[in-house]
Amino acid sequence: MRNSLANKALNEPLAAYLVSMADDELILGHRDSEWTGHSPILEEDIAFSNIAQDEIGHSLVWFTLNEELGGKDPDWMVFQRPCRDYTCSRFVSYPKGDFAYTVVRQYFFDKAEQVRLTALSQSAYEPLKGASEKILREETYHLLHSQSLLERLGDATEESHARMQRGVDAAFPQALGLFEATDREQELVDAGVATASEHLKQRWLEGVLPVLVLAGLNAPVQGNNGGRTVLCQPDLGGRKKQHTSHLEQIVTDMQSVYQISPGGRW
Amino acid sequence: MVIAALTEENVWAALQDVADPEIPVLSVVDMRIVRSVEVDGDGVKVEITPTFSGCPALEFIQENIRTKLLSLGFKNVVVRKNMSKSWSSDLLDTAARNKLRSFGIAPPAVGPIVHENLMTEEVECPFCHSVKTHLESSFGATLCKQLYYCDACRQSFERFKRL
Repeated sequence: MRNSLANKALNEPLAAYLVSMADDELILGHRDSEWTGHSPILEEDIAFSNIAQDEIGHSLVWFTLNEELGGKDPDWMVFQRPCRDYTCSRFVSYPKGDFAYTVVRQYFFDKAEQVRLTALSQSAYEPLKGASEKILREETYHLLHSQSLLERLGDATEESHARMQRGVDAAFPQALGLFEATDREQELVDAGVATASEHLKQRWLEGVLPVLVLAGLNAPVQGNNGGRTVLCQPDLGGRKKQHTSHLEQIVTDMQSVYQISPGGRW
Repeated sequence: MVIAALTEENVWAALQDVADPEIPVLSVVDMRIVRSVEVDGDGVKVEITPTFSGCPALEFIQENIRTKLLSLGFKNVVVRKNMSKSWSSDLLDTAARNKLRSFGIAPPAVGPIVHENLMTEEVECPFCHSVKTHLESSFGATLCKQLYYCDACRQSFERFKRL
């Protein structure tokens, strides 16, 4: 059967994996949507509104796969699940901040998505493989956009450089939290369903570091592909449901309309 | 009133009247959003796939298809989203591409996507047919379109994204 796992013992870790991806997309999508009507220029207003819509659409895809494994329906997961049960990385939960921080965060996230979805396009679990191939093609446009903005703003003016560098300083340790493994990830790796987070992190570093150099920005990393040391403390905890008050703020905001009239339709 | 026979052929023909809400010159069949039709007595099952995973028009499309098929005389209509059958812009045929152009939207190029070339691909202006055009933004009024500018006729236009 295409839609079921040969080994039922993998249901639980796979569901955890899918929900963590869904939560990352959902929360970042909402953070991106905070630029609607507030971006520095109209084109970016449109771009971030589009990106927000895409990311939230992708979260629906992952929540739907989770539902097929026996999880709750996507609407429940988004509007009724308590904030303390979210397993997004802390990275995506932080306030949108300066526009420069948003550009850096989006680039780091888009690159991580490219690396992860490329790997998942080889997944032994067919539904995950198919969805990854599809989303990877949609995400291409995000990465093109955020990377070209990063390259242009990184060394445009003294001010843009300074603000982008502050963005990198803040976002880099946070972005490493995207590669915090979910519960029982190793079993998925052994079954060929997912790729190890540590491996994805290395692929991400290989992709991100040369682009930062090109943009005239410094990352807290020493060495090269032969041997690399990350010089900052990764901002972990999200996958283990250890969040900051920023997640509570955005989830409360996101669920507020639903809570006025649970189950209401209009 | 003449009621058409409840056949798959007639379902496909009827769905030609259901327009894509964002590009009304194309039907949901032209767009290849409808992927399969199965008739069983007075019941019909239709499978659809979104162009973009986050397409907000999908529920609206589902509802329009349901209404259309109920009006044909079907009693039991199921319109199911199938996210695993992936949609690609390569599915659009020549007729659909011509309709897009006549609506002022440049059609997507065909073939495998080369990441590095996506921003610099040659795109023909749907109004004056010049190729002296450039990409203004990868994001436009809807998820499936990009914004271009024609340097020859000085007109902005949209292009359907390659996917």
